[in-house]
Amino acid sequence: MTATTTDTTAGKTGQDSAKAGAVPSFTVTLKIARFNPETDTEAHWETYQVTSHATDRVLDALHQIKWDQDGSLSFRRSCAHGVCGSDAMRINGKNRLACKTLIKDVNPDKPITVEPIKGLPVEKDLIVDMEPFFDAYREVMPFLITNGNEPTRERIQSQADRDRFDDTTKCILCAACTTSCPVFWNDGQYFGPAAIVNAHRFIFDTRDEGGAQRLEILNDKEGVWRCRTTFNCTDACPRGIQVTQAIQEVKRALLTSRF
Amino acid sequence: MQTHKYDVVIVGAGGAGMRAALESSTRTRTAVLTKLYPTRSHTGAAQGGMCAALANVEEDNWEWHTFDTVKGGDYLVDQDAAEIMCREAIDAVIDLEKMGLPFNRTPEGKIDQRRFGGHTRNHGEAAVRRSCFAADRTGHMILQTLYQNCVKQGVEFYNEFYVLDLLMNTGADGVEHTAGVVAYELATGELHVFQAKSVVFATGGTGKVFKTTSNAHTLTGDGMGVAFRRGIPLEDMEFFQFHPTGLAGLGILLSEAARGEGGILRNADGERFMERYAPTIKDLAPRDIVARSMANEVREGRGAGPNKDYVLLDLTHLEPAHIDAKLPDITEFARTYLGVEPYTEPVPVYPTAHYAMGGVPTNVETEVLSNNTDVVPGLFAAGEVACVSVHGSNRLGTNSLLDINVFGRRAGIAAAEYAANAPYVDLPANPSTFVEAMVETIRTRDSGERVADLRRALQETMDRNVQVFRTEASMKEALGVIDELKERYANVVVQDKGKRYNTDLLEAVELGFLIELAEVITLGALARKESRGGHFREDYEARDDVNFMRHTMAYRAPVTDDELGPKFADEVRLDYKPVTVTRYQPMERKY
Repeated sequence: MTATTTDTTAGKTGQDSAKAGAVPSFTVTLKIARFNPETDTEAHWETYQVTSHATDRVLDALHQIKWDQDGSLSFRRSCAHGVCGSDAMRINGKNRLACKTLIKDVNPDKPITVEPIKGLPVEKDLIVDMEPFFDAYREVMPFLITNGNEPTRERIQSQADRDRFDDTTKCILCAACTTSCPVFWNDGQYFGPAAIVNAHRFIFDTRDEGGAQRLEILNDKEGVWRCRTTFNCTDACPRGIQVTQAIQEVKRALLTSRF
Repeated sequence: MQTHKYDVVIVGAGGAGMRAALESSTRTRTAVLTKLYPTRSHTGAAQGGMCAALANVEEDNWEWHTFDTVKGGDYLVDQDAAEIMCREAIDAVIDLEKMGLPFNRTPEGKIDQRRFGGHTRNHGEAAVRRSCFAADRTGHMILQTLYQNCVKQGVEFYNEFYVLDLLMNTGADGVEHTAGVVAYELATGELHVFQAKSVVFATGGTGKVFKTTSNAHTLTGDGMGVAFRRGIPLEDMEFFQFHPTGLAGLGILLSEAARGEGGILRNADGERFMERYAPTIKDLAPRDIVARSMANEVREGRGAGPNKDYVLLDLTHLEPAHIDAKLPDITEFARTYLGVEPYTEPVPVYPTAHYAMGGVPTNVETEVLSNNTDVVPGLFAAGEVACVSVHGSNRLGTNSLLDINVFGRRAGIAAAEYAANAPYVDLPANPSTFVEAMVETIRTRDSGERVADLRRALQETMDRNVQVFRTEASMKEALGVIDELKERYANVVVQDKGKRYNTDLLEAVELGFLIELAEVITLGALARKESRGGHFREDYEARDDVNFMRHTMAYRAPVTDDELGPKFADEVRLDYKPVTVTRYQPMERKY
């Protein structure tokens, strides 16, 4: 299926149209993996053409297709600026957020391929079943565990102690890391990078007293030792979290019992 | 169709919904129904902080916070509600810290605080450091922390369940009670009826009425629309906040924290123009004033850029290390989406539709009102969907994160306590008929109008005619377009005819709410012949306390179950509700 439309992407303003006027528009081809569980037995590619500007995101192109060409194209999205984690997908073979990837940055001279993230069951088009991902997250006890009486005011924590786990607080649970991991592709039981990142966030929080329990969970045969440090997860993280480093820190904590 | 039964059903899993769930689920059997996975909610996009008079870094008290909230809202705030919010703010912040929220810290290890627009020391003397924050991702931390605690408590979620109707029935006392809700399961297209003693609406805002907005695509006023169609009034809908600093052309939010940390707004001449509009607190004036000042600079030809259509947010005098520590996300937005380096270049910004001050009217116990005085038994609302009214005609920055925590908590407790003492009300006969007709009519229609075409027309007219500056003529133009869209919507068509993850259908249903709410916003604005807070009339530039220091209450006739597709209101009737004044008489609003 091929069609061309003029740009009418929502989320742009009169100001932007004028501004975009200074920026040349160009035609982009997207090759999208489609799968409709009600009619298809397997996924297939469909090709679309849209008109884009330099400031457009891949999500803008997907919206152009959905809104002006083929309403049945299905994908999740919400905030559209990289903070809600809804629209992780495989763009030109790499996991990214569609709303944080500018078209001009993914070589628009060639067709841009868009597929669902790998390793989770595809529900429809670019939508995958997120439940296995959230199951792994829930298993690492991703919440503050404390003993004893609660203080009446806030707990005291130095900024240095707060900074110790800052990187892993940035996680938006988009699953870009976990579904870029070859170990996870081969073994869906592996907790995966995102769950370990969220365990790290609490293990290294000085207010938390559940570190030993979490480390025991991650010492499991499906835990941190499955990581082969391929750094795919770090490359995929749209929040710039040093995922592999976080996993290494959890491994070290397990070996030294220090955290 | 499946039927479920819970004591409490919470609709929405953003900050207000999850804060309510944490209270309700420990007290009674509770389900949370959410259109999105909880962590996708737009609370996560909030950036700058949550104000509370902790006085961790300088003298402060909750009464000053209350005054600022009332004055910031241009005296349309219900002062009893503002007192509660500002008093309970302190515990609300401490509660979040105890739940694990990683706030930034002072050198002594306490929760750090910074300046924010309209928050002042001693009734307006100077800006005060009141906002508790976690870099510029405070909303993200709140959403994550609340979700983490929901996981800890085993809160029961129904993810991607889109609530499309509120069920009511006559109770033993002869009064209309809440009986439950009807939800559409996105994964399967199946309808679910949830019978409940209490229902809490925490569905968020409706920013997608406008084209340029900081709001998520999913913020389509569903809760407000569902309630309104069932005959529940909407309060103060004409008051919509335009956040001053959206990324120019895109509307993506750049937190007011940028100015709290020292950022300065400049026009094309490099002038710090806010010195002219708000001599005392300048760039940290409330959002309505800053947004209007910016729009005025552009209108008078002092805008920057090739088309002189934006102003500049200048952070270049700040240390890069300070920017990285306090404003990492928003500076990355500027780099990613505009290719601007905030260390060395000012960032193009322009006002963006941000927040609905109005909504479903409630009292301070979060009980929904069916008129100026009576409550709807069993129905509660909190957060942006609600109007309690702590924001009046203009919300202060950070007070929304506060609102969801204080009134979300109150709603969870109130709903559970109500359920403990109330019997189930019978479900109405054929409870899902209305939703089924609405969804199936759209899904199976063969030809007609495209969703995207109608939505664009709506958003364009709202941006052009009902934005920062409004006139009778502009709003009449908007109403003309809306009337036409109501007719065209009766013929709306989707291409996806399937049942599973039919997001085409979802967008069509959302559009119905947007059109309905755009009309209420515009009618309220047309009738309010004064300027107050976020509502500015060029043909009535002064505030008129004699005639308009009162809340707008919009009503429509409820839909009937045999309607095919949602019928828009034939007529929206406007009435008014007095403002609750406790200690602050209206004064001229100067900063």
